[in-house]
Amino acid sequence: MIVSHEWLKQFVPHALSAEQVGELLSRHCVTLDGIERVGADLSAFVIAQVVEAARHPNSDHLWVTKVDDGSGTLLDVVCGAPNVVAGHKYPFARTGTVMPGGLKIEKRKIRGETSNGMLCSPRELGLGQDHDGIMTLDTTAAPGTPFLDVLSVADARLDLDVLPNRPDLLSHRGVAREIAALTGVAVRAWPETDLPSVPAAASVHYGSSSVTASGVTIRVDDASNCPRYAAAIVRGVTVGPSPAWLVKRLESIGQRSINNVVDATNYVLHGVGQPVHAFDLASLTHASIVVRPTSEGETLTTLDGVARRIATGTTVICDGDKPVALAGVMGGQNSEVTASTTDILLEVAHFDPRFVRRVRRQVGLSTDASYRFERGVDAAALESIAVFGAALIAHVAGGTVGELLVVGTEAPHTSPIAVRPARVARLLGAAIATDDIAHRLQSIGCEVQVAGEALAVRAPSWRHDLLLEVDFIEEVARLVGFDALPDELRAFRPGNAPDNPVHLAGTRVRNALVALGLAETRPMPFTATGDAHTPRVRNPLADDEPYLRASLLDTLARRAEYNLARMQGNVRLFEVGNAFVGGSGRLPREEVRVAALVMGARRPPHFTEPQPPAFDIWDAKAIAEVMVASVFPGEASTLVPGDDTVVWTIECGTRGRIGHVARVSLDRPAWASDACGIELTIAIMSSDDVASAGTHAHGAITHLVRPPAASAGIRAKALPVTPAAEFDLALIVPDGTLASTVESTLRAAGGDLLERVTLFDEFRGAGVAAGHRSLAWRLTFRHPERTLKEKEIEGRRARLLDTLDKELGIRPRAS
Amino acid sequence: MLLSEYLAHADALAAESRALLDGLDPATRLDVAKGQLNALKDERLAALQGELRALAPEDRRSAGGAFNALKVAIQESLDAFAARQIAASGGTFFDHSMPARRGWHGTLHPVTIVIDEICDIFRELGFTIALGPEAETEHYNFGALNFPPDHPAMELHDTLYLGEDTLLRTHTSPVQVRTLQQYAPPVRVLAPGQVYRRDFFDATHAPAFMQLEGLAVDEGISFVDLKATLAEFARRFYGASRRVRFGPSYFPFVEPGAQMDVEVDLNDGKGLRWVEILGCGMVHPNVLHAAGLDSERYTGWAFGMGPARIAMSRYNIHDIRLLYDSDVRFLEQFAR
Repeated sequence: MIVSHEWLKQFVPHALSAEQVGELLSRHCVTLDGIERVGADLSAFVIAQVVEAARHPNSDHLWVTKVDDGSGTLLDVVCGAPNVVAGHKYPFARTGTVMPGGLKIEKRKIRGETSNGMLCSPRELGLGQDHDGIMTLDTTAAPGTPFLDVLSVADARLDLDVLPNRPDLLSHRGVAREIAALTGVAVRAWPETDLPSVPAAASVHYGSSSVTASGVTIRVDDASNCPRYAAAIVRGVTVGPSPAWLVKRLESIGQRSINNVVDATNYVLHGVGQPVHAFDLASLTHASIVVRPTSEGETLTTLDGVARRIATGTTVICDGDKPVALAGVMGGQNSEVTASTTDILLEVAHFDPRFVRRVRRQVGLSTDASYRFERGVDAAALESIAVFGAALIAHVAGGTVGELLVVGTEAPHTSPIAVRPARVARLLGAAIATDDIAHRLQSIGCEVQVAGEALAVRAPSWRHDLLLEVDFIEEVARLVGFDALPDELRAFRPGNAPDNPVHLAGTRVRNALVALGLAETRPMPFTATGDAHTPRVRNPLADDEPYLRASLLDTLARRAEYNLARMQGNVRLFEVGNAFVGGSGRLPREEVRVAALVMGARRPPHFTEPQPPAFDIWDAKAIAEVMVASVFPGEASTLVPGDDTVVWTIECGTRGRIGHVARVSLDRPAWASDACGIELTIAIMSSDDVASAGTHAHGAITHLVRPPAASAGIRAKALPVTPAAEFDLALIVPDGTLASTVESTLRAAGGDLLERVTLFDEFRGAGVAAGHRSLAWRLTFRHPERTLKEKEIEGRRARLLDTLDKELGIRPRAS
Repeated sequence: MLLSEYLAHADALAAESRALLDGLDPATRLDVAKGQLNALKDERLAALQGELRALAPEDRRSAGGAFNALKVAIQESLDAFAARQIAASGGTFFDHSMPARRGWHGTLHPVTIVIDEICDIFRELGFTIALGPEAETEHYNFGALNFPPDHPAMELHDTLYLGEDTLLRTHTSPVQVRTLQQYAPPVRVLAPGQVYRRDFFDATHAPAFMQLEGLAVDEGISFVDLKATLAEFARRFYGASRRVRFGPSYFPFVEPGAQMDVEVDLNDGKGLRWVEILGCGMVHPNVLHAAGLDSERYTGWAFGMGPARIAMSRYNIHDIRLLYDSDVRFLEQFAR
């Protein structure tokens, strides 16, 4: 919302700068997004009086003058203007002043005569194209007075971030009311400089659903969408250009002048916040306005030249015959004010905000008018605004103000709300005197009465947001200023809600993966592909990725491709995020997952290893183990063999299948290596209602419960005091037999004294038959109390080989 | 100085340098040896260079030659020492400057770094972490948060819908209602999480981004608690000397609604200025009612902030897409 600093001052004649107004509003009312200067900065210029003017000795068009700039000494100034006259006052640039064009005025000699400054023309000041002479000022101001104090030419636009709860701030008068409340300067109903007086309407005619006066009829058939409709008649206008002051007002907020009548309606909109529309009365069939339900197949060409079909089942503004305006949005060309218009019907209506919102959506056209109607206008001000608007039209376009016709019921008066000073103190944390509360609320237009311990407060008609006691408390708080409340940390009780375990698991796994050298990423969770069951955004802004992803690893694969396209082959990415699986419920099943993708060099190149090996599926297996250990600490898990793509599925106790390790297929260039990935479900995020609306599910209050630490099950063993005995077994294992099977056989047959079994070699080739491999284990035995004898070790080796042969048909490799 | 004197000085310095290095134990570290040599020669070498100008013009050529020869001689002495050192250590040269055998450096995402830091500070102030689903009902996202149906306030949240009345949450505030329904006051939680808006993915907008919400509800909680806690957060996060101010704002689920600005330097050369850091306010009575709480007995405050925006200003990121495109060259800049 743009407001003009100068226009505001016409409503509330305060003495603040635009910056001070912006600061005041930001602290107490509405955020200032910025200030834009209109016109050049003329703050350095002063009024100067020419005391003497004499012809320049060496020029026939220059003057040598003595100038009083209020400094106490007369300055010699050379001037080339034909209209310089001793005794007159002019805008003056002292030496050192920078002109709007960027030129710095310095002391210099002009044809031998010294000049200490410059008397200025309007063009030199950026005030128009006039350069025929310097700018004569008709003023009593003393020399040395700032130029801007005499001629208010500069303005500033304040860009205010008006939020939906404060439609009353969408006009200059509305903002002026706030400045008035904050400064104590009284606010005016309208700027008397712009409109010196408002004559009363010739006559006022009321009707509950229709009214006719002097041949003009207003009828409202649909009071729910249009509770009140006022029409003011102005006869005998001359449509033409607007006076300069009106053009300037509209230009000051970036609006273009159209003609005097339309400009007057825009003045009303931006001045007092009520959208009004001027119809050419002669173009209205039967001189009537009928607000009625739409019929099938109606169309209207709006003022922007677009022919629009009017939706059925809603309400439209018509004359005695056809639609003439889209209510609250835009008027029609068929009743537009033109150069030949002489009589005006000025519409000042109150439309239901939801109705205007529907119309605006149907036609897909948002206007300054619809924006205000949707947020709510001051229904109680319709009549006074109608009279003001008609008077303004007559003031700028001639003619006389005629009848005022009003149909509908008066806006219901709001009932008073009890505001308890004790509640104010409790909510704000600081007591505010009852008098002060009353005074603050009165300053924004509330009616306040003392009612026992409380105040009975009635909101002004333009404040639709003041409905509850707490709304009035907010008004008090912001008017006093949040910054005025103490900045004082007070005692608090710790909360009952424990840390969400999913968050803790996510933090653990993030840190574990960072330690493995992976980089966390946060890609967009949308995807291009899905089926009928895939959760899908109904109204995507871009159609290319409407589905919610069911897999994080897929997202990472696309991100890896993004990197490959940028010649980055070393990709180690992970993400903790949500996957969405179509379910039978109302909402998709949401799973919090962690996924990682690795490809490229396993380590950075080093001079000892110029070409490090690439990541392979064994690295992915290790990452999977780290993930499981950090997400489910202390829980046993297994990696169950899968197929060629999903190499392992991850199973974890009673949780069942929780993830997988996979070769990731990518669209990759020849130079890139294979990609491997891991995806693991941390938890299902319930989206069930916690309790039905308006109720809670509080159980008995328990103390904050923390899950047992991962290390809770560890029992430290005493260090061994006896030496270990070791031997290696190299075995020929036929393909199809798993190393883990052999290992468990070894452990079972090894007896109590077998301490450790380590697979340390896999070999295929010379000496090993095709379809076989040699696997070598190191076995470590230890007796807790004594040294094992050579014979005991040998016995164990023989027994193990015997068992392996009998149970698995596996024999040692011939050495 | 006479030429003969100059030459004598140069010879003497060459000889003394040689003697010094030859006299050192070969186990002496090279940098220690160089240090001793520099202490002997630096000042005298500089003086000899300066003297060149003072010599008679006809002598300068031969003196200059001697000066260069001196420098060569010193370097040769040093080379000889290094060779003796290598020989003494078994014939191999150990170059300590070669790089370490490093692993890859992993990193958290910059937005995570910021969230963790914010959470750490609020943990110090007594908050725990709460989470909620990203796919939500209109009730939890809007209705229970006092959004009037069919109101322009909804337009502040351009929404991605999944079904008739289901959507991707537009803020983390549904977690407020869920938490208040789940746990009896006192409640003091932070809710970080992904939220969604119907925005194009461009330099300043992303359709999915992180938000961080806080909520404190108990008997006797006031705006002063809100103000003091958030101001304390700002001082711990941005620095104790940072100025903080509060101004009015509007969110349907708080009343009074406010925003907190902090005077920060955005590293753009424009110095300190006020920047809106978060929106906040006292929990609206209707929100407490929707969660089954008595608003006369309980009061509370809440805030919400965008850690991605903070990461962008802190790390000088000008295009929001960098945060989400997952380019490893971007992410690896945050490895430490």
